[in-house]
Amino acid sequence: MACHLCEVACIVEHSKSKNIFVAFSEKPKVNAKIEVQMRGPLSFSANCRICEHAECVEACPVGAMWRYEDTGLVKVDQNRCIGCWMCIMACPQGSITTRVDHETGLRVSDKCDLCEGRAEGPACVQACPNDALVFEDRDEKLPKETPLRGSYHAYVGGEDLNFVD
Amino acid sequence: MLYQPIVTNFYDFRVVRDQDRCIQCQACVTQCSFEANFWDPDRKIIDSIHSKCVGCHRCEAFCPTDAISIQLNPSAFRPHGYWSKREIRNIYLNAETGAIGLTGMGNDMQTQPTYFDRMLFDACQVTNPSIDPLREPMELRTYMGNRGREVPVSKDASKVELSTQLSPLMKLDIPIIFGPMSFGSINLNVQKALAATAQAYGTYWSTGEGGLHRSLYKYGPNTIVQVASGRFGVHEEYLKAGGAIEIKIGQGAKPGIGGHLPGEKVLEEISKTRMIPVGSDAISPAPHHDIYSIEDLRQLIYALKEATRYEKPVSVKVAAVHNIAAIASGIARAGADVIVVDGFRGGTGATPTIVREHTGIPIELAIAVVDERLRQEGIRENVGLVAAGGIRSAADALKAIALGADAVYVATAALIAVGCTMCQQCHTGRCAWGITTNDPYLAKRQNPEIATERVSNMLRAWQIEMKEVLGSMGLNAIESLRGNRERLRAVGMTKEEMEVLGLKMAGIGM
Repeated sequence: MACHLCEVACIVEHSKSKNIFVAFSEKPKVNAKIEVQMRGPLSFSANCRICEHAECVEACPVGAMWRYEDTGLVKVDQNRCIGCWMCIMACPQGSITTRVDHETGLRVSDKCDLCEGRAEGPACVQACPNDALVFEDRDEKLPKETPLRGSYHAYVGGEDLNFVD
Repeated sequence: MLYQPIVTNFYDFRVVRDQDRCIQCQACVTQCSFEANFWDPDRKIIDSIHSKCVGCHRCEAFCPTDAISIQLNPSAFRPHGYWSKREIRNIYLNAETGAIGLTGMGNDMQTQPTYFDRMLFDACQVTNPSIDPLREPMELRTYMGNRGREVPVSKDASKVELSTQLSPLMKLDIPIIFGPMSFGSINLNVQKALAATAQAYGTYWSTGEGGLHRSLYKYGPNTIVQVASGRFGVHEEYLKAGGAIEIKIGQGAKPGIGGHLPGEKVLEEISKTRMIPVGSDAISPAPHHDIYSIEDLRQLIYALKEATRYEKPVSVKVAAVHNIAAIASGIARAGADVIVVDGFRGGTGATPTIVREHTGIPIELAIAVVDERLRQEGIRENVGLVAAGGIRSAADALKAIALGADAVYVATAALIAVGCTMCQQCHTGRCAWGITTNDPYLAKRQNPEIATERVSNMLRAWQIEMKEVLGSMGLNAIESLRGNRERLRAVGMTKEEMEVLGLKMAGIGM
């Protein structure tokens, strides 16, 4: 319904204070990892689609973008990210944003992580007043030869840590 | 206020926003369909145009920090017991526009009496035992239609057989039917919720004047298809699809005038279902132009019965007016299976305010006199009687049944169940809750799954409440309460009011 409450919930959940009254004015600014996209009366709240073949994982030159083999969830390794923004450009949906890392003070890539570790599940799903967002635990496998981590394997040398068998 | 007509100053509500709590998320801006909230990029705050606020509370409900409170405009006229703010503003509106004022929902006058609130039920104490509805069977099922005074049977040694053909009856597992609200006046998603709930609970819902949308044909057996004076959406397949047919002569919200769907609300799908052009006002004529006498009504009733092979009950819906007892008697003798009487508190999507506030009679009185008259004439069992027009709770439903109805229509309450806050702006097509609009931006605010759950929950709760009250009276079947005035007592009524209703004063025994 384009109420944007999913974005509000995302920002609060990923803020330092987790306090709705201060999360929006926190410095450095917290970006929502879900965005309501609209065209006319059509509105759709878009977060990471956890693509079968993740363009962002393949695009990352330093292997900071990686994914779990079992759940397929794609995450940013904040320690490796160099802020080149290739992932942001590669994402077909525009769902990758940035954030300033608390410890290093450097700006790195950031994306939806399905609120990993949150007891009630993703904050946006809980916040949506119209059941437009639904969390589904699907029993699907990643297709073969989709990278689990970007071209990093070229720098490790030897062991191939990357492809789904 | 700059550049506004002077009358806009005397608006009803103020959007009170606590700027310390506001996080500028703009949910209130996106959700207000009346454009009362806006983001001010210069001051970098969210502010409101109070004169546009209709008091629907959508923004208040959606504010994640509870920063908004919708309040009555404290700026007040000098209190006057006769020239109230309402009367003054109506004249301003007339003077400003030269047009009549339209409004939505039912009569909201506080000066006219509500008889439901002056009637109380009996309960069992000492002399007769109450029944525990959780432990003993409680029958809410009733059949409505031409039941006849006798059931002729033939008996022989081995079995008993019916020696007549029964008229088609409506089977109600609960004596509550969802009243007519047309597609166009309300969101198709809400109609889906009513249809699904009616099917699940073994009762009916009514299409209203707007025809039956294709996607709802699957609920056909639980659908009452309405034939109103505009005949919108009436064709052979429509009649065959329904479980019952209802001829709408009038409605309680605007007795004597026809239905009205403003052109702003006639969108693509509505245009197809009603068979009228997009954007054209759908105004039903005041009388059916082929019904100018009671004989004409009989003709239409039988025409519909012929068209559907006498397989479906035909009901006639009328507004409660002064001569309702005689009218009901005429309708019964004209061949109707069910009579629906709609009291003056009945709701609507659009009506002239002047008609809504000042015409019709209360349903409590109407049902009582109709039931009494039909009994006196010996034709009560030839028709079912439905009470409509402001049934707010299971208690109102039971009181209407005790006064003589077989069942009640519930419509406004069903809309409140899905979020309506009674702001009375249904006619604008801008309902912020998405209930009385099919506008593509707003209609999805009613998720049909959520709406179905809410309406079903309401019906379930009322079902349990009805059983509780019946049980406390020592009754285990709804039919034992029908017309049973002895189980009601009146408080704060005049002798004449009690006579019309057929009730005794509280304190007087059996």
